[in-house]
Amino acid sequence: MQYGYAGKILKINLNSGDYSAGSIPKELSDQYLGGRGFVARILYDRLKPGTDPLSEDNLVVVATGPLSGHLLPGSGKTHFGALSPATGGYGDSNLGGHFGPNLKYAGYDCLIIEGAAEKLSTVIIDDDKIRVVEDESLRGKGAIEAEKALKTRLGDDFQIITTGPAGENEVAFACISHDFGRQAGRTGIAAVLGSKNVKAVAVRGTGALPVYDSAGAQKKGEEMYRVCYSKPGFKTWTPYGTASLTDWANEVGAFPTRNFQSSYFEFHHAINGQAIRDHLLVTEKGCFGCPTPCGKYGLAETTVGKAYVEGPEYESIATLGGSCCLESIEEVAYANYVCDQLGLDTISAGVVVSFAFECYEKKVITKEEVGRDISFGSLEDVIYLLEKIAAREGIGEPLSKGVKHAAAVFGGGSEKYAIQVKGLEWSGYECRNAPGMMLSYMTADVGAHHNRSWALGYDISESDADVSALISAGTSGELGVATPEGKVDHVISMQHSRPLFDALGICRLQTQEIGFETEHYEEVFELITGRRVSWEAMIGISERIWHLTRLFNVKHIEGFGREYDYPPRRLTEDPVTTGPNKGRFIKREILDRMLDEYYEKRGWDKNGVPTEETLERWNLNNGQVVDLRW
Amino acid sequence: MKLATQEELCSGCSVCRVVCTLENFKAVQPARALLKIRGEFPDPGVYKIQYCTQCGVCAGACPEEAIVDHNGIYLVDKNRCTQCMICLESCPFEVMITDDAGYPAKCTGCGKCAELCPREAILEAEA
Repeated sequence: MQYGYAGKILKINLNSGDYSAGSIPKELSDQYLGGRGFVARILYDRLKPGTDPLSEDNLVVVATGPLSGHLLPGSGKTHFGALSPATGGYGDSNLGGHFGPNLKYAGYDCLIIEGAAEKLSTVIIDDDKIRVVEDESLRGKGAIEAEKALKTRLGDDFQIITTGPAGENEVAFACISHDFGRQAGRTGIAAVLGSKNVKAVAVRGTGALPVYDSAGAQKKGEEMYRVCYSKPGFKTWTPYGTASLTDWANEVGAFPTRNFQSSYFEFHHAINGQAIRDHLLVTEKGCFGCPTPCGKYGLAETTVGKAYVEGPEYESIATLGGSCCLESIEEVAYANYVCDQLGLDTISAGVVVSFAFECYEKKVITKEEVGRDISFGSLEDVIYLLEKIAAREGIGEPLSKGVKHAAAVFGGGSEKYAIQVKGLEWSGYECRNAPGMMLSYMTADVGAHHNRSWALGYDISESDADVSALISAGTSGELGVATPEGKVDHVISMQHSRPLFDALGICRLQTQEIGFETEHYEEVFELITGRRVSWEAMIGISERIWHLTRLFNVKHIEGFGREYDYPPRRLTEDPVTTGPNKGRFIKREILDRMLDEYYEKRGWDKNGVPTEETLERWNLNNGQVVDLRW
Repeated sequence: MKLATQEELCSGCSVCRVVCTLENFKAVQPARALLKIRGEFPDPGVYKIQYCTQCGVCAGACPEEAIVDHNGIYLVDKNRCTQCMICLESCPFEVMITDDAGYPAKCTGCGKCAELCPREAILEAEA
């Protein structure tokens, strides 16, 4: 009996409609915990080199963690993974809401979706009754629309993930949607679902979770909530959520603006957290188990249309607001809504659209190719491009594959300002004054993403204070502790500590944003599972996963190595055009030295490949495959 | 305690439902919670809380007089209950459930939901 876990992995084969469920191998839970750990291990074991991400040989793995669904802050998180159509390498993404806990209450910690259905289908998991139901009526429906239709048909107590038309059409940055406004956005996993003809997965779970010390876990869980309520950030951070970063990111010159030409957006005051509260907010919406509901659900009214939308989050404000230069929160929110219905990752979408705007300005693409004039700052033009991309029509076809691919098609030197790493678009932090954060983006396993190491705090104030404290403290004197020295250790440490939450199946924002102490998770883990595993040992598991996802990229991306870890040349050659960091950029030689230090400390060779010694240390070189046949 | 709500503050987090089943059934099983949270999405985008107001309709419906008023909190007396489930069907808020032993279960007024709610969306009612 593995206390804390629901106890089973469910495999569904879409070709036959068959399914099987079996217990979690102890080596998997011992060495990989759950969530991101299960995703990485299963994908690594099961996928052969040369697999086409959009073929039926790819898998979609959905995994909760041992702490998901229990009484403790932020216990609602679920991890998704697949071979990414955007990068050809390891792809994963995470969302909150209520899907994961219900999957556990139905009896499953992990779901593996194999093969492809013949017709557009919904997978329905109703406790132990599993069905794959053909449903052509859902074709073309927006992701939010489809969730509503399925909730109405199946019942409100079902928790549902959906794709939008972008997923059905296999757009490389199509996202998974859930709970009317949450997304597992990155790496195009919804495109993989689309290639499998899966429009939605619906789950209802009515069972209980096994807990080792139920009374003790209840008492500890209650205490954990009370500790959260006592933090200053509980009252100051919660009302603004991630949008609270908007003004700060501009003040320190780290806000992507005009396709990363600049790092300061003069209209940031009109698209910040206060703007959301003043102009949009209806409900503070939280995920399962959350004490600090960061979801800002509201109503956006623009000249183009009016819609309910959750958000925009900081990232969407950065990429749709700053990078596309939309000047009002209503416009940013409405663009966010369009992405949500189409089922497009707002981060990649914002960067792809702003890339298109710059290519048009520079005449790298023509009005004939685009179909009309387009320019930064136009909501109508943003929507026009988003719809073209989701439909893969006209200019939308090359754009639908991401900026790396689009730049190769468009030519004209556009690859310089295709802001991506490994084929994944850069997210919401401009780094030409932030070498630690730059390295974070370069070395994140999925491509240019901030959610692994968020080293920006060290670049600005040499501090790992929680974000609400950083924002309260403001900038410290001389802007940018822009030295590369001393950053590598912080990046490596955060690449272990932050994704650990993804393996445990919980949210990291209580720790990251309001300083909730990680010791509490260690204690409640023991009460729930009956196993004493120190936070340090869990960090070790997270490090193992880090080396494994690197190995995955070596296995699946031909010629993978150091060259895949560099940022685009805009960031190493073009000076920031305006704002506090005007004139700055980071030369490639500096990044070279940081990479050398990073690889050495990681136990990887000079090409960034884990050495045999490192693999042996983390039990990754024995060729063993975790056996999931029952 | 008797409960009251400020629904507009509800974030839909379900902490109330999880602590409810832990407190009353020693189980992590929100499907068995003695209150319900219902989201109205996408429009108007709010949460509704269905909870036991201790209205006594269940007690009035019970043919065995097995649901008894204890200082304003109605509790099921399993010794008198014949498991007919008329009470369940009569509850205007649909917040009664069947426990593992087949008996109807209802809110016991333990107040854990109010104690733990991050939003003060569920509170102790004023006397």
